[in-house]
Amino acid sequence: MTFLTAQRIGVSYGDVPILERVDLRVEEGALVTIVGASGCGKSTFLRILLGQERATSGTIAINGVPIAAEPDAGRGIVFQRYSVFPHLTVLGNLMLPAEFEGSRVLGRLFGRRRRAAREAAEAMMDKIGLDHARDRYPAQLSGGMQQRLAIGQALLKRPRVLLLDEPFGALDPGTRRDMQAMLIDLWRETGMTVFMVTHDIQEAFHLGTRLLVFDKIRHDPQFPAAYGATITYDIPLRGQHMSPDAGAFRLDAEPAVTNAGNPFLSRATSEETQP
Amino acid sequence: MRLINRYPSRAMRAALGALPFAGLLGAYAVASAIRLAENPRDKLLPSLSAMGQAMYQMGFVPDRRTGDLLLWSDTFASLERLAIGIAIAASLAIVFGAIIGILPIGRALFSPFVAAFSLIPPITILPILFIVLGLGEAAKIGLVAIGTAPLMIRSLAQGVLDIPREEIVKAETLGASTWQIATRVVFPQLWPKLITAIRLGLVPAWIFLISAEAIAATEGLGYRIFLVRRYLAMDVILPYVVWITLLAYLIDRLLAGMSRRLFAWAHLSGEAL
Repeated sequence: MTFLTAQRIGVSYGDVPILERVDLRVEEGALVTIVGASGCGKSTFLRILLGQERATSGTIAINGVPIAAEPDAGRGIVFQRYSVFPHLTVLGNLMLPAEFEGSRVLGRLFGRRRRAAREAAEAMMDKIGLDHARDRYPAQLSGGMQQRLAIGQALLKRPRVLLLDEPFGALDPGTRRDMQAMLIDLWRETGMTVFMVTHDIQEAFHLGTRLLVFDKIRHDPQFPAAYGATITYDIPLRGQHMSPDAGAFRLDAEPAVTNAGNPFLSRATSEETQP
Repeated sequence: MRLINRYPSRAMRAALGALPFAGLLGAYAVASAIRLAENPRDKLLPSLSAMGQAMYQMGFVPDRRTGDLLLWSDTFASLERLAIGIAIAASLAIVFGAIIGILPIGRALFSPFVAAFSLIPPITILPILFIVLGLGEAAKIGLVAIGTAPLMIRSLAQGVLDIPREEIVKAETLGASTWQIATRVVFPQLWPKLITAIRLGLVPAWIFLISAEAIAATEGLGYRIFLVRRYLAMDVILPYVVWITLLAYLIDRLLAGMSRRLFAWAHLSGEAL
């Protein structure tokens, strides 16, 4: 059965159409990568999936139920920047979801429940390779570490849909490959449905089980803003489901020293050198 | 090496920083000596020792009429008014700044009002305060509070709005309610901004405090300055001005240090004054 259905989504800001007639059906567990020129509405589409913005027309449903009109715990998000809380340490950031859930008024847990929340946070910290940075604040982390923290924090709520808005756009190539490997691993493990907006075509082809291209199909040279964009290409991909080295990679603590002895990375590097 | 790339050493920096102060002091001493040589009874530029003498009288010799040590009772009275006024303004700033910053409905409700209110020249309210609240402490504290609150409210509201939208959305996806977002995401990030707002608010606060004391008071630093003005007592006025400046400077440094100590995370990136 189709997991997520978007029907005739249209968005305009005032008189300016951004998206028009976007139709989409996505199976559960897909990793959908989204590319397109700047300003083509791909981030807008993601924000609509998130509930941060509302479509001017059309409906989006998950398992037949229209999505909530505001962000909720069913849909996780990682932005390019500012996705973690600067006033909390790595551990504090990872304990926050449990504290939100367990204490409606104070937003803080004590005693046994606090220990349980800390253990869950520590398990995630281990998984995203930040256990050595436990008491550091986000400003003391590198860009890659901040994004790892952001992804780990989002996954603590076990969302069925994870939305990524150019999550690795600000990272250097080596760190980016690390992060991609970590994402694939977490995606395989959780079975969640991922939507990922990216500027990097190679990344989109490499990671996705499906690639969407947003573009304008009609163009008025006299008035470029006359028409909105829609999905112009919808390409099924092999994805990373059956990758031969599934689970073989290990995320090392420091991105700078990971390239040696990492089968995933060496493969990605050798691909790049091919014509 | 280019001038823009030359950095003074630590000792050099301290010496350079002290230079303008020493220059001013030296210029005053010379000017004072010239005037006193012409007329030993000149009151306009009293000598440094005369000022020291006067301050010793104010600080360590009980007043003949009240028995108080005037410098300290003045200082205490003024700081008390300042602290209460600022505390009221800060409380208003937290409540209304948060409501305006966090809730779109709150912003629609209060933002235009605060913007309009902040444009009232506070001194024009002083007569109203004296009429309504009488000539006691309430009116002077009220002026400090009213004079600084709108500025601090707007500063804090802007502080909330400056929190990246991404953080708020992220908190929503982590299952937080509006209340939880306010208490766990917004307020913790607001405290260092409150300290900054207080530091900004103290500048006008001192102006309003001294003005109110000048008009109706029986003690206080502003009261004293305007009282002894009648006798051209520059030997008291000048040290009082220096003393007020020193107090303001120390309070500012204290708040800055407090922010760095209590909210270390807020001072990790970027450089602040």
